[in-house]
Amino acid sequence: MQEMMKKKAIELLQSGEVARVLGWKKGEFDYDITPAVFESVEEIEKEFIYNSLCSPNLSKYLVKESRKEGKTLIFLKPCDSYSLSQLITEHRVIREYVYAVGIECYGKTDADTIKQKGIKGITRITENDGVLNIETLYGNEKVPVYEVLRERCVNCKSKKHPVYDELIGEEGEMVDDCERFDEVAKIEAMTPEERFAFFRNELSRCIRCNACRNVCPACTCEKCVFDNDASGIAQKAASDSFEENMFHIIRAFHVAGRCTDCGECSRVCPQNIPLHLLNRKFIKDINELYGNYHAGENIGNRSPLTDYTQNDAEPNIVYERGGKNNA
Amino acid sequence: MQMVNNEFKPKIVAFCCNWCSYAGADLAGTNRLQYPAEVKIIRVPCSCRVNPMFILRAFQRGADGVIICGCHPGDCHYTTGNYYARRRMTLLFSMLDFLGIEKERTRLEWVSAAEGQKFASTMNDFVKTVTELGENKRLEDLRCKK
Amino acid sequence: MLKIKLSELPILFDALSAKNKLYIPSDTKGGARFLPYENGMKLTKELNTVRSPKDLFFPQTENLMDFKLEGKKIEVIDTREECEDFVIFGVRACDVRSFEVLDRVFLSEPIDTYYKNRREHGVIVSLACNRPEETCFCSTFDIDCANPEGDVASYICGDEMYFEPLTEKGSELLLGLSCLSEGSEAPVYECKRNIYEIKSKLPLSTLSAEKFGKDMMEYFNSDKWDELSEACLGCGTCTFVCPTCQCYDIKDFDTGNGIKRFRCWDSCMYSDFTKMAHGNPRVSQKERFRQRFMHKLVYYPMNNDGLFSCVGCGRCLSKCPISMNIVKVMKKLGEGKDE
Repeated sequence: MQEMMKKKAIELLQSGEVARVLGWKKGEFDYDITPAVFESVEEIEKEFIYNSLCSPNLSKYLVKESRKEGKTLIFLKPCDSYSLSQLITEHRVIREYVYAVGIECYGKTDADTIKQKGIKGITRITENDGVLNIETLYGNEKVPVYEVLRERCVNCKSKKHPVYDELIGEEGEMVDDCERFDEVAKIEAMTPEERFAFFRNELSRCIRCNACRNVCPACTCEKCVFDNDASGIAQKAASDSFEENMFHIIRAFHVAGRCTDCGECSRVCPQNIPLHLLNRKFIKDINELYGNYHAGENIGNRSPLTDYTQNDAEPNIVYERGGKNNA
Repeated sequence: MQMVNNEFKPKIVAFCCNWCSYAGADLAGTNRLQYPAEVKIIRVPCSCRVNPMFILRAFQRGADGVIICGCHPGDCHYTTGNYYARRRMTLLFSMLDFLGIEKERTRLEWVSAAEGQKFASTMNDFVKTVTELGENKRLEDLRCKK
Repeated sequence: MLKIKLSELPILFDALSAKNKLYIPSDTKGGARFLPYENGMKLTKELNTVRSPKDLFFPQTENLMDFKLEGKKIEVIDTREECEDFVIFGVRACDVRSFEVLDRVFLSEPIDTYYKNRREHGVIVSLACNRPEETCFCSTFDIDCANPEGDVASYICGDEMYFEPLTEKGSELLLGLSCLSEGSEAPVYECKRNIYEIKSKLPLSTLSAEKFGKDMMEYFNSDKWDELSEACLGCGTCTFVCPTCQCYDIKDFDTGNGIKRFRCWDSCMYSDFTKMAHGNPRVSQKERFRQRFMHKLVYYPMNNDGLFSCVGCGRCLSKCPISMNIVKVMKKLGEGKDE
């Protein structure tokens, strides 16, 4: 796979079809892979990498890169492709300046997930036939990739690329039996007290590093309300539990109807807060109330929050459905 | 008989649209219909002007309940504003509920300029509900407490 | 040398927390964290906490003073209180060094009384690192994870924990703890020998900081910053998990019945960092990125007798969302540069 991608990148770069390539770059260790812009064949040959550890979603970088002279080649996993499609819909990326190569994906892992299994002191990771050979300071381990997939990959929603110019590998389909809403449903079934305690425990760990916001392909405001002194609600740290709640409610609300559920927010959270649950709650509600909708599925789709029907449910539906009552 | 001094009186913020609900509140006033003084009205051009942040900010600053009133669906002065508001508020209220914040503290009602009676009864009912719930604890900002 | 069986640690924790507030690194859903000790809490097996212990001296947000307005009068209320004594247990050698880095900022004139108050009341029990990880590079900054500093140094040897007081504060802390018994030094030597053996195998053990702490303009004008910063998201993860980052912002919060002046951590990676009337002096992410690493590797050591403001704890290595970090910066900048 990696070799085919390299070949494609070099071919397009040499022919002048594209001016730069967005891909993943080798790091210090085998797992600390960084998104990178490659502008020369030498760089690609030396540093370009693609494997099961290439988790970062590259599409947001196009907001910046596609404003430069010439086309940008981007490699897209299905998730990333939904994000790009949504960015094009919102006119944040101009389609003509992008050369999108879709790549097949069987799920990604990363160092965090591996380390959570108790594998520490990793010095080398090689991959062979879906099995990771992990060498550590304290002995070697063999772990199949499917055992250390990120949550978003375990509950993969689609292996389809809504937007691409070319494909490497097989095109997949939407995953019918995806169970990504199960966790949300489980929380909905709790009592309000339990839900409150659950989210307090999660959100109180927030250190307001803004990584979830900054990595989010749907968060592309030039200036975020939380960074804008004139907004009256700018905050650099949560001084009160209220501010923790407010930041996360507003963050999730602002991407409601636009979030493609790529799961980057949860991936980057240094405190392992399951932020995707908030986004998925909105997606689940939208699906149930306004019909199935998947942001990024088609370019030009109208988001459910910029749309309406005359017979929409009244908000008091919230009183009647889901969760147990206070009593 | 003297009322008990420390009886809980909730603070309610009501966002009323300029064209229907605010006029409805006016009518309630001119008709001398009673509704609790704890309701503080904020006039907005349209119910869809209400941003989720308004609601959260109201709670932060000490509100115990927030109600949004707009024109009946189909009657919006701007044709469709309240349809958008309806979707937004449905999702927001659902999210608050998801986070374990009492859903009864938020409400959306359609009140026309002719419905002074409905305005007063809605407010009476809402204040009663929130009074029963007691003080807003789950979405409060401790710094704003006296 | 005093010792206790690991299985009896709760007795020690109970004894310590009976006298003082005690913080120990314990597991949470978000990784290990220094938490106020409560009965039954266990010492983490993780090498290090996600958040550094710096927030026990320099909390993420802290109230500085209150204002009350009455008519045209403004009343200033001093909210400072004398801090109670507390003990931080299980601090790694790198984090112990970070306190020295913070001290030089907060305890030099004008002294930060909020920080000083906490610093004076804190006793540090450090813990040697039996199992350092690949992200560790404390030796780059001459820190010895087998000989941690602090008020008391501790070592886990087999199923026993050994304690060695290093300062007066430390001796006082251990005084009269009946759960501790005398132990020989041999197991601690053995423990240190093991640590050195692993340390020599660490992939970053050869990283050197010798090239830094000088040549300011050369580094500042280096053309490598573009490439290094291109993927940076501009989030504050590295700053907020870093034990030595000490920049903060002071803001006023209008509570509706007065003003609370508070300070909170700030990050040079943010677009509104050191914002003035004309905006942020560093307009691009490249400039902000450069600032962070120039500060750690060049400005700080130049102003502080060569002490780097990085301790090699490796937190930014494991937490950066896009895996860009100080090690990559040091290697790239140092490439092709003469000693």
